[in-house]
Amino acid sequence: MIAGYIFLYLPIVTLIVFSFNDSKMVTLWGGFTFKWYGVIAHDTEVLDAFKLSLKVALMSATASVLLGTLAAFAMVRYKSFWGRTAFSAHINAPLVVPEVITGLSLLLFFVFCERLFGWPDRGILTIWAGHTSVGMAYAAVVIQSRLLEMDKSLEEAAMDLGCKPFQVFTLVTLPMIAQSLLAAWLLTFTLSLDDVVATAFLSGPGSTTLPIVILSRARLGLDPTVNAIATITVAVVSVGVFAGSLWLNRQETRRAAEQAAAYREGMQHAVAA
Amino acid sequence: MQQKHQGAADLTGDASFVRIDQLTKRFDEVAAVDDVSIDIRKGDIFALLGSSGCGKSTLLRMLAGFETPTAGGIFLEGVEISQLPPYERPINMMFQSYALFPHLTVFENIAFGLKRDKMPKDQIAERVEAMLNIVQLKPYAKRKPHQLSGGQQQRVALARCLAKSPKLLLLDEPLGALDRKLREQTQFELHNIIKKVGVTCVLVTHDQEEAITMADRIAVMSNGRFLQVGQPHEIYETPNCLFVAGFIGDVNLFKGTVEVDEPDHVVIGTPECRHFVSHGITGTLDMQVSIALRPEKICLQEHEPTIEQRESAQEHGYNCARGMIDAVAYFGKFTLFHVKLDSGMVIKATRENAARHEETQLVRGQRVYAWWDGSDVVVLTN
Ligand SMILES: Nc1ncnc2c1ncn2[C@@H]1O[C@H](COP(=O)(O)OP(=O)(O)OP(=O)(O)O)[C@@H](O)[C@H]1O
Ligand SMILES: [Mg+2]
Repeated sequence: MIAGYIFLYLPIVTLIVFSFNDSKMVTLWGGFTFKWYGVIAHDTEVLDAFKLSLKVALMSATASVLLGTLAAFAMVRYKSFWGRTAFSAHINAPLVVPEVITGLSLLLFFVFCERLFGWPDRGILTIWAGHTSVGMAYAAVVIQSRLLEMDKSLEEAAMDLGCKPFQVFTLVTLPMIAQSLLAAWLLTFTLSLDDVVATAFLSGPGSTTLPIVILSRARLGLDPTVNAIATITVAVVSVGVFAGSLWLNRQETRRAAEQAAAYREGMQHAVAA
Repeated sequence: MQQKHQGAADLTGDASFVRIDQLTKRFDEVAAVDDVSIDIRKGDIFALLGSSGCGKSTLLRMLAGFETPTAGGIFLEGVEISQLPPYERPINMMFQSYALFPHLTVFENIAFGLKRDKMPKDQIAERVEAMLNIVQLKPYAKRKPHQLSGGQQQRVALARCLAKSPKLLLLDEPLGALDRKLREQTQFELHNIIKKVGVTCVLVTHDQEEAITMADRIAVMSNGRFLQVGQPHEIYETPNCLFVAGFIGDVNLFKGTVEVDEPDHVVIGTPECRHFVSHGITGTLDMQVSIALRPEKICLQEHEPTIEQRESAQEHGYNCARGMIDAVAYFGKFTLFHVKLDSGMVIKATRENAARHEETQLVRGQRVYAWWDGSDVVVLTN
């Protein structure tokens, strides 16, 4: 257990510590400094890559959730349509196909398209498409499981009370699956944010994402600026995750307490009557 | 009996407020509902009673509009509705799981259907208020469903259905999700509310007690068909087949042949005794029949029944068997005896414990006479 924790977190701690290291040599401690953070703040390559990463992650998370929702609905609500098995296999394929293959095949496809139509140039659009095709599969799985556990009679009740199918979706289904939509969005956002493999195939000369920059710099030799970038990323992600799980936990405990209170009250009523 | 009932229905009018006409629903060749026809009177509580998988939910869901019939029609006040989508039917259904919207408060849940009707806001508030009063949940308007107990949730679900003033209310196992303790009390509350509102109601249940206490009429279903339709006491006292007799309450079954067949009485011989039945039957001499006898109709005593005890002098010597008490179970309100007759058959007999020490105590191992009246015997000819 403890060994596991050490194995998991010691490297990260090292990384954070060394991002404040006042020495060009990564492995030698030369005193405390913020200077590497100053350096990256003026590093246009890093800043541009960071902006692009964010943009791509926002776009692909949003697109993934939209498409994933549609796919999940088709899978859960329509139990038998022509080609359902094939459809389900296609939805899940990006989860099991190695990313190298996904990236490569998308690259070939885009190159082919470019040759035919002169479009698209490799860049933000192609990365977005690549991330979305993978992210959508993850989103579909998350949303699908939520839809499956949702009581189907809720939608029937809505219809029974006068909702047309579209109103059933907006007034009942959507609020019911909102949490899973958020979860799917966050998941695909992080997936996109740290994707290297597919991105490596799909990014063009003027457009690299942050993980690619980190990777290429690390390859040239360990560099304290890389540590600094990574530390910022870790900080952002862990604050996000922590806040998210804290919020979910709160929801859960509050719900459980209220439920218990209602149950006790019910028993008292039963006894009194 | 049946005719008298029909006459009464005509006086109040609306005898076929809901008409189900040769309704059939097949799922891949399996008929879940098989050629069912019935008229339901306005204001009645009509129970569909049957064991699991007999098709009662499917029938209810066709009324609600969630299933389209394979054949046949559904008429509400003479208008064919079986092809209308659920949101266009003046019918509301209470689901077994209640299906309360968890993201909405009690108030919003009840208002949900009214909003869909574009009712003005102040009227909605008024109507919801009225509903909350009926189900006595006024202090809970602002709560979410998960903050309510099971019984309260059930009442919110009921209020949500009634808010739209449906012409027909459908209840799918309304008490199925409640603790045993709550059920009995809730049964009466539910019955009172429905009767107070006066809405016509179709209720699905597999619990015979629930059907008997709540319904004006009961249809006993098996394999997608109606075996018998009638008022609770008709179903209980004069079941028309073995299945119905066995499904509702406890019953002793004797098998025998018709020995005397007169218009006003018949005699049926079984290994246990000769049964004198004080009414005619549709059958022939030497026909194989079953006899159903409820445990509470059987008297147990030490001495042979005298002529004075008998319903009519004709019965003397009939409807009586000797046996030994095999088991005694005290249930408070009544005591249940298992009596092993000399033929080897074990029958059940109950005796009400109306007064303390009223009668002589019967104990295990005691020899007794078990006897009953000819009018309490039900002959099943199929
Ligand atoms: N959507 C469906 N597709 C296929 N078969 C179905 C479907 N719904 C019900 N059936 C079948 O129809 C038959 C009747 O089902 P139904 O749900 O009406 O029974 P039920 O009387 O309500 O039973 P229970 O008391 O268990 O709810 C069953 O054999 C069931 O398997
Ligand atoms: Mg059912």
